[in-house]
Amino acid sequence: MPFDIQKIRNDFPILSRKVNGCPLVYLDNAATSQKPQQVIDCIVDYYSNYNANIHRGVHTLSQEATNAYEAARKKIQKHFNAKEAFEIIFTAGTTHGINLVANGFSEILKKGDEIIVSAMEHHSNIVPWQMLCEKTGAILKVIPMNEEGVLVFSEYEKLLSQKTKLVFVNHISNALGTINPIEKIIEKAHEVGAAVLIDGAQSCSHIKPDLQKLDVDFYVTSAHKMCGPTGVGILYIKEEWGNKLPPYQGGGEMIAEVTFEKTTYAGLPHKFEAGTPNICGGIAFGAAIDYLNSIGFEDIEEHENELLKYATEKLLEIEGLKIYGTGPNKTSVVSFNIEGIHPYDIGTIVDKLGIAVRTGHHCAQPIMDFYKIPGTVRASFAFYNTLEEVDALVNAVKKAKMMLE
Amino acid sequence: MTIEAIQEELIDEFSMFENWMQRYEYMIELGKSLPLIEEKLKTDDKLIKGCQSKVWLNSEMKDGKIIFTADSDAIITKGIIAVLVRVFSDQKPQAILDANTDFIDEIGLKEHLSPTRANGLVSMIKQMKMYALAYQTQLKN
Ligand SMILES: Cc1ncc(COP(=O)(O)O)c(C=O)c1O
Repeated sequence: MPFDIQKIRNDFPILSRKVNGCPLVYLDNAATSQKPQQVIDCIVDYYSNYNANIHRGVHTLSQEATNAYEAARKKIQKHFNAKEAFEIIFTAGTTHGINLVANGFSEILKKGDEIIVSAMEHHSNIVPWQMLCEKTGAILKVIPMNEEGVLVFSEYEKLLSQKTKLVFVNHISNALGTINPIEKIIEKAHEVGAAVLIDGAQSCSHIKPDLQKLDVDFYVTSAHKMCGPTGVGILYIKEEWGNKLPPYQGGGEMIAEVTFEKTTYAGLPHKFEAGTPNICGGIAFGAAIDYLNSIGFEDIEEHENELLKYATEKLLEIEGLKIYGTGPNKTSVVSFNIEGIHPYDIGTIVDKLGIAVRTGHHCAQPIMDFYKIPGTVRASFAFYNTLEEVDALVNAVKKAKMMLE
Repeated sequence: MTIEAIQEELIDEFSMFENWMQRYEYMIELGKSLPLIEEKLKTDDKLIKGCQSKVWLNSEMKDGKIIFTADSDAIITKGIIAVLVRVFSDQKPQAILDANTDFIDEIGLKEHLSPTRANGLVSMIKQMKMYALAYQTQLKN
C-alpha cells in the first residue's frame, strides 16, 4: 500500500483543530503522540461493551475483558519479538518500569558495585538509579558524549569492569534524537556479566526493536508515545531476571496464596502487576500497535527521515540557528536555538502561530549543562506530519526571530 | 499614580493594538525600559521559581514605598515583568496587597496566567505580594 499521508491524517481527529486561529501544527510528538480514531474507538468500545475487572470473575464480561487484555499482551510480545508473553509486564509507563527494576536491584547490589548510565538520559532514567545508589552504596558512572551529541564508545568500554552490574541507556535521546548503538552496548555489557536496561520511550514509535535479537535484559516503553493512551506501558523482563527480581508492589493480583503467616507470590507476569491494572489502556495499547503496523515501520521511517532531512536543511538556512544533536544516526527530532534568543521566547511566539513545539530542558538537564544552554526549542516529527508543516514551522521561527531580535 | 490608574493606563495602551503580534512587540518594547536589578544582586535567592526562563526580582523600601527592580534572560518574560514592575513598584505595601490583577486579562495576556504556563507570571505576582506582606509586617512591628 502506498504511503497516503492525507488518509493517515484523516485518522487523527485532533489534527483538524485550530489553535489561536491557525491550523494546528503538532510537532511535539516526542512528548506524546496523537491518537488515531482506531485507538479512540477501542477505548470507547471497551467502556461501552465489556468493562469488567480481569483475572478474577467467572462471568462473561470479566472473561471477555481478560481475554482482550491478555490478547494485547500477546500482540505486544509478538510485536517486540519477546520469547514469552509473560516476559511482558504491563506498567503505567516507562518511568514506572524503570523504578520497578531499580527497586529490584536494591536487593541485589552491594556497596562498591558499579552501574552505568549515559550522559544523554531523561531524568526518569537517572533519578531512580541515584536513589538506588543512595540505598545500596553502589557507584554511578556516566558514559560521556561529544559535541555532536553522540556517546563516546571507547569511554564506555573503559568504564566496564567486573564491578559493573547494570547498564541503562536510552535507545533514542528525547532531547537530541540520537539513536544509540544499543546492540554494541548490550554486547559489551554482557561480556563483563552486567545486565542492560534500555529505555525505549522514544524509539518504539519510530522503529520496531527485536528483543530476542538484541538479547537485552530489560526494555521499557510507554504506549502514549506510540499512538496509544497515557498511563500504560510495558517492561520487558527476560525470564531469568523476572524470576530473580523481587516484586515491586504488594497487593491483589500478584499473589499465589496469602495467609497471615506467609504469602507466596504469583509467577510472571502477575508477580509484578499488583492491583487492578489499566485494563482499557493495555487493550488500547494493542490497538495502537495494530495501527502502527498497518502503516508499516518501513514507511514510517522513510517518511520521517524525509521530514528530518527537509527540516534540518530549511532550519539551518536561518542565520544564527544551531542544531543540537548532529550525529549520523538520529530520528526525526530537531533541537535548536537561535543565537542571542531564549528558547522560551521562540516557543511562545510559534505557539501563537498554531505550532506546538517543546521548549526547555526536556527533562534532560545534564545535556543542557553539557552545552551550557538554558534549554532548546525542540520540534519532533511523527509519520503524520507533512513537509508543509515543516514549512510552517520554519516560517514561524523566522517570524519569531524578526520579532525578538 | 495609584495602582488602579496605572492599570487603566496600560489597558488603554494595549487597546490600541489589533492583534497579538503588536501586543507582544509592545511588551518586548516595555521590557527594554524595565528598571534593572543590579548585576551583583542576581543571586539564586532572587530567582523566581516556576519560570522556564530566569527571572530575578529585587525589592527595597524607600520612604514607605516598595521599589522593585528585575531582569530576565528571555525578552517576552522581561516584558511581562516590566508590566508588573510598572504597576507595583513605588507603591505602599498595603496597596500592593490589596491590588487585584484583572488587568492582565484585559491587556490580552490571559494565557500567561495559566499555572501550567512555565513563564511564572503567577509566581511573579505572588513573589511581589510576598515582599509587600513582609514589609507590611515589619511596618507594624
Ligand atoms: C527517553 C525518555 N525516557 C523516559 C521518559 C518518561 O516516560 P513516561 O513519562 O511515559 O514515563 C520519556 C518521556 O518523555 C523519555 O523521552
